[in-house]
Amino acid sequence: MSRPISEEEYKKKLLNRVHLWIRGEADPYTDNIETKELHDNTPNEEVLERHQEDREQVIKDVFDTENNKFYKLFFRFYKVASVMCCVVLVTLLVITASYLPPKGDPTNPVNNEVAAKYIEDGMQDTGAVNIVTGMILDYRAFDTFGESNVLFVATCTVLILMRDDKKKAQKNTVEKKQYEPKADSILQQITAVLFPIIVIFGIYVILNGHLSPGGGFSGGAIIGAGLILYTNTYGFKKTQEFFTEKTYKWVSFCALSFYCLAKSYSFYTGAHHLESGIPLGTAGDIISSGLILPLNICVGMVVACTMYAFYTLFKKGGF
Amino acid sequence: MQVLEYTLLIFLVVCAISVSFSKNLLNSIIIFMSYSLVMSIIWTLLESPDLAITEAAVGAGVTSLLFFMTLKKIHAIREEGTENE
Repeated sequence: MSRPISEEEYKKKLLNRVHLWIRGEADPYTDNIETKELHDNTPNEEVLERHQEDREQVIKDVFDTENNKFYKLFFRFYKVASVMCCVVLVTLLVITASYLPPKGDPTNPVNNEVAAKYIEDGMQDTGAVNIVTGMILDYRAFDTFGESNVLFVATCTVLILMRDDKKKAQKNTVEKKQYEPKADSILQQITAVLFPIIVIFGIYVILNGHLSPGGGFSGGAIIGAGLILYTNTYGFKKTQEFFTEKTYKWVSFCALSFYCLAKSYSFYTGAHHLESGIPLGTAGDIISSGLILPLNICVGMVVACTMYAFYTLFKKGGF
Repeated sequence: MQVLEYTLLIFLVVCAISVSFSKNLLNSIIIFMSYSLVMSIIWTLLESPDLAITEAAVGAGVTSLLFFMTLKKIHAIREEGTENE
């Protein structure tokens, strides 16, 4: 049978003491250890003076620029040394450049069969009128995939460096107002006209990447610049209606994984080009050249999101 | 056409030198921006419009914006409101 015990009795029990010790509220050794009285340790003036003198001496010895011979020499020859460094560097570079093969020589290593093949068979192999896009997104699609991933990793790094904590942000609600732009009516009127044109031009550049100059990266950069203009005019609240952190995450994830899946067959076959089974269509149509158009759209989306994400992260440390 | 090309190239060199000699950081960013614009015109003259579009969008647009943001972060640019206080 349990019986009620008084509070004092309970406090003396071993279990309670162990519990308190674990929680750090009580020390089991209190009143059990002999302690010596602390002797007076306050420094007297003599010691303080000595310390001060030592300190001054050290500073004098280390930072004595007037009598330091090495310092004097260094400053005397500073300009000469910098000029000498530049001259040595320039000479090295010029010597290296002199070993380059002469310009315009047909036997140069640049003029090999690879470039000739790209130019001759590029349109037949990839179906793209713009040979550059055919090279980037078909022959060298693996490299472009790495570049898109580099952009994604760069955003992650900027996120780690520049991100504001949510707890901190709540404290600084007053400071948050400074991120919002001033409602400038001239800017707003011009942006209302310009923003749709910029975005449509960006989409045009992306969709016509295999027909005319441009492609995923340039079009994405144009759309990203348009988004930045929109944010600067109307503020983050209005942009957040259609572009939040979630949008960024899902768009980047979907675009990168689609790219990876669409091109993985050539990764597994050791970057050998195989027939993908998608008809190339007639060269010159918008829907042609197989996988290049969807891949261009993917790259464009990743680049546009990254440009905007860089801007917001630099500006206020969050989306 | 030859004259235009040489003018642009000389402008490019002048821009590149003045960026490093300008004491005001804001000025050097704007000079850098004009450098990128001239560079994109030169890319078009060299018959690579792909690079011209990218140079105009990234070099003149986004990079300079990021430079402006950085200057604001390190308080190198004064805002309009704080000057009077």
